[in-house]
Amino acid sequence: MTYMHIGKDFTPPCAEGKITGAARYAEDFKKEGMVFARLLTSPVPSGMVRNIDVSEALRMDGVVGILTAEDLPEQARPGIPALSNELIYVGQPILAVAAISEQIAENALERIRMDIERRSFVVDPLDSLIEGGPNAYPEGNVMMRGENGMELRPLKWSRQAIEDFRAGREPAAEFTTEWSYGDLNAAFAEATVIIEEPFVTAGYPHHSLEPRTCMAYWENGRCFFHGSLQSQSAANAPLSRMLGIELDQLVFINETTGGGFGSRIGPYSFMSIAGYLSRKVNRPVQVRITREEEFFIGSARSGMQGWIKVGVKPDGKVAAVDVIIVNDGGSSGSGSGSSSAGAISVSYQPAAMRFRGASVFTNTAPRGAQRGPGQNEMHAILAPVMDKAARQLGIDRVEFRRINAPDNNSLIEANQGPVTSAYMREAIDMGAQMFDWQARINQPRRNGSKVIGIGVGEGYHGAGNNGFDGLIRIGPDGKIYLHTGVGNLGTYSYAATVRAAAEVLQCPWENCEIVRANSDRGLPHSSGQGGSNTIFTHTRTNYVAAMDAVNKMKEIAAAELGGTVDDYSIDGSRVFKTATPAEGLTYAETAQRAIALGGKYSGAEYPEDLNDLTKLAVQKIAGTGLVGVSKDNLEKNGTAPGLAIAFAEVELDLDTGKFEIRDYTAVAECGTVVHPKGLSHGMNGGGVWGFGMAGFERHVYDPQNGLPANVGLYQSKPPTFLDVPLAMHTAAVNLPDPQSPFGARGIGEPAMGCAAAAVMSALTDALDGHLFNRTPVTPDMIIEHVAQYTYNNKSLKTNTF
Amino acid sequence: MSVNLRLTRRRFIKGVIYSSAAALSGAGVYLASAQSRPAAAVERLLSINVNGRTRRVDVLPQETLAHTLRYKLELTGTKIGCNRGECGACTVLIDDVTNYACSTLTHSVKQRAVTTIEGLQSADGQLHSVQQAFLDELGPQCGFCTPGQVLSTVALLKSNPRPTRAEARDALAGNLCRCGAYDHYLNGVMRASGQLS
Repeated sequence: MTYMHIGKDFTPPCAEGKITGAARYAEDFKKEGMVFARLLTSPVPSGMVRNIDVSEALRMDGVVGILTAEDLPEQARPGIPALSNELIYVGQPILAVAAISEQIAENALERIRMDIERRSFVVDPLDSLIEGGPNAYPEGNVMMRGENGMELRPLKWSRQAIEDFRAGREPAAEFTTEWSYGDLNAAFAEATVIIEEPFVTAGYPHHSLEPRTCMAYWENGRCFFHGSLQSQSAANAPLSRMLGIELDQLVFINETTGGGFGSRIGPYSFMSIAGYLSRKVNRPVQVRITREEEFFIGSARSGMQGWIKVGVKPDGKVAAVDVIIVNDGGSSGSGSGSSSAGAISVSYQPAAMRFRGASVFTNTAPRGAQRGPGQNEMHAILAPVMDKAARQLGIDRVEFRRINAPDNNSLIEANQGPVTSAYMREAIDMGAQMFDWQARINQPRRNGSKVIGIGVGEGYHGAGNNGFDGLIRIGPDGKIYLHTGVGNLGTYSYAATVRAAAEVLQCPWENCEIVRANSDRGLPHSSGQGGSNTIFTHTRTNYVAAMDAVNKMKEIAAAELGGTVDDYSIDGSRVFKTATPAEGLTYAETAQRAIALGGKYSGAEYPEDLNDLTKLAVQKIAGTGLVGVSKDNLEKNGTAPGLAIAFAEVELDLDTGKFEIRDYTAVAECGTVVHPKGLSHGMNGGGVWGFGMAGFERHVYDPQNGLPANVGLYQSKPPTFLDVPLAMHTAAVNLPDPQSPFGARGIGEPAMGCAAAAVMSALTDALDGHLFNRTPVTPDMIIEHVAQYTYNNKSLKTNTF
Repeated sequence: MSVNLRLTRRRFIKGVIYSSAAALSGAGVYLASAQSRPAAAVERLLSINVNGRTRRVDVLPQETLAHTLRYKLELTGTKIGCNRGECGACTVLIDDVTNYACSTLTHSVKQRAVTTIEGLQSADGQLHSVQQAFLDELGPQCGFCTPGQVLSTVALLKSNPRPTRAEARDALAGNLCRCGAYDHYLNGVMRASGQLS
């Protein structure tokens, strides 16, 4: 289908500001009288603060106030509050000092006296799980369902179970989460190839390039809050709750955000410091953090320690998968084991499957969502495992993936629910052809110390939600105002999705203006910009809002010019009688009539099923034009999947252990392409993230002292220009999803998983099928393998250099 | 027991006197310096050439150029991503050579020409050819590293007007992009050098 806007490139309105430096991030906003806050953070991995004395700091010239944990609402444990006297990890904020300069605030921290009572700590989940091992919290090390719902409790495994698990054997142990489907024993009985492997993946920080900053001030009982979030409208309700105010008392402003990758989907507890401190000292307060503090406050991916058993039938169909995942939940306990297992069920469609897992608290930085949380690290581990099965069956690795690929009839994840659509085989075929798979696997592989490896890997993440609201306004000048609550996180989805409304209205882009970034401008309730959902979710909301506007325009025209709405069409920014096109009204004229008519046409009335935030937004703009507003009540049956396949060629130097990714091709299966350059960004950027997972990025904590060893960019290194191929090739299947008005789904997260998987597959291929079963794969691991030292990948140790 | 409360790198960033001028310009911000404060008195009121204009500014001895540009001259296009010479977001040109402004003392640029991202557009607002090429290729994602990427490209093309893609990659290697927009940026370099139509 040919569209006016969908599938076409355009220049998002924020792009010029990014290349001229005019784009404003949270730290670029100032307010008269603004003071600056600095944080006193925990120097110990576990303990209790006793006897804080801030008197000397408060007496310093320029210090205007101090915020402590007592100034904040109590938070149910084991949540990580913004400030706390109970210390669960190094770098945890204890208190904040506000001063007329950041330097004074920093100096004041030196004058604060306190005693800290140390507690035992643990930085490796298995060291906590083992009987007699320390717990990150006094009450326990996992969240488990108890008499009062989810409770913090101790979970312990026998020494034998830990020993078995570390050695790659199924442990006889208790878990906190389990699910299964199908007859596992019967399915394994059908398998002729059984692969059983242990695995471990490192967690690592998001390290968004913009160190997060908040600035807040209060005027007439309202809080004006400048933040750096991935999302816009998804912030308002939780942030107002966090600050203890009503929804209409919060103005959230977020023009541009310097990356998030999952760590800034919604308000994080740190944000409450600016709000509460500014209320306490009655001045605008800015809190920005350093790169080092971003490591502690900015969240991180959870690591995995696991065991997997895969059974494959002679025809290459995966019959059964049994997987155990222990997540390193850090101080927040967050793990994604179930999502990891769910991803296996999507990509390989096993007839029977079981997942058992536990997310274990450790005294390390809080963990949270990070680009494809669970799914991506699972695919990185899974690719070489499945390659091993394919090799044993004598099936080409790409063909093996074709055999098991999901399609429109597939059932996925724990509940074995349907998908809205899936064209993974088409993606695999397109990618294999682009990459010239057959030629590459038959090329000479060895040149001196250099050896070539060829890899293939998949990515998956759910990629679309429903039930949010759309809002547009046609001004009396005929201009289309596209109100969006989608955040500006760097994907340009805020702009790509409103083009769905422009498409419905058949309106030139030049006649559209995007209204965003400040909740006082009237922004609708929107999903958070996480989980690859935005393209699916908000092409739908913009579609329903624009359709509402079209219907209202037709009603206005029919009332004035006669006939029924069915007699009318739109085109050229006019609504007109289909039979006699000369009879009609311009969009501007319908907007003028709407203002005069009032009621639902001007936004004076609106549907009851709208979210409260959207109702507030409509109230702000009522009477200024023709308002199109609607909740997305379109049908959605099943999971909208984001799928991707990637191919990589690596050249590995057996003398140094270093490898170079020489070529990379990835194909997205994300329905209709809405914004080609945006898709290219998502696929390439995801690819770079995948390279980082496969080869570079990791948390390392010193097990003796509980101190982080790599808080900077250099030590947990995101890939640079020199770590990625000179050119990256991406494409999309571009077949429409039937449950999206324009056929579109998201892709941001699978774009990373497939890259990590393809590189891991290529490394295994370069080393004659050797499985490291660990991410990242670093030069020392490769050298040790080549030198035939036994790299201890079966100990499942974390925190390795 | 009592413990040392500070384990951060702040000894490296060891502080400075508070400047009322700094506060008024929103510059109460933590100052970074790669060296201890000089014992001897130094000139405070400097004239520095930024974007072709002479700017008079009160500069502390250990003040970094990134700090001066952002918090005293309000040239906030220069971004601070790490404040320790790891990311390149603060890249500026000093006499047409790329430098990390977070690791450059403002006092060291007194006799030199500083170009920031704000200095690239012509007086009538027309984008620099590199900026236009980056816009055409939609180089940025989140945009936080983009000013540095643009300035590194400007410097590259002055010395090498038609770089290969590999040469461009080497030249921009000091500019980290956490979004991974490298391919788009390299396309921007190729377009700016007339090698991509």
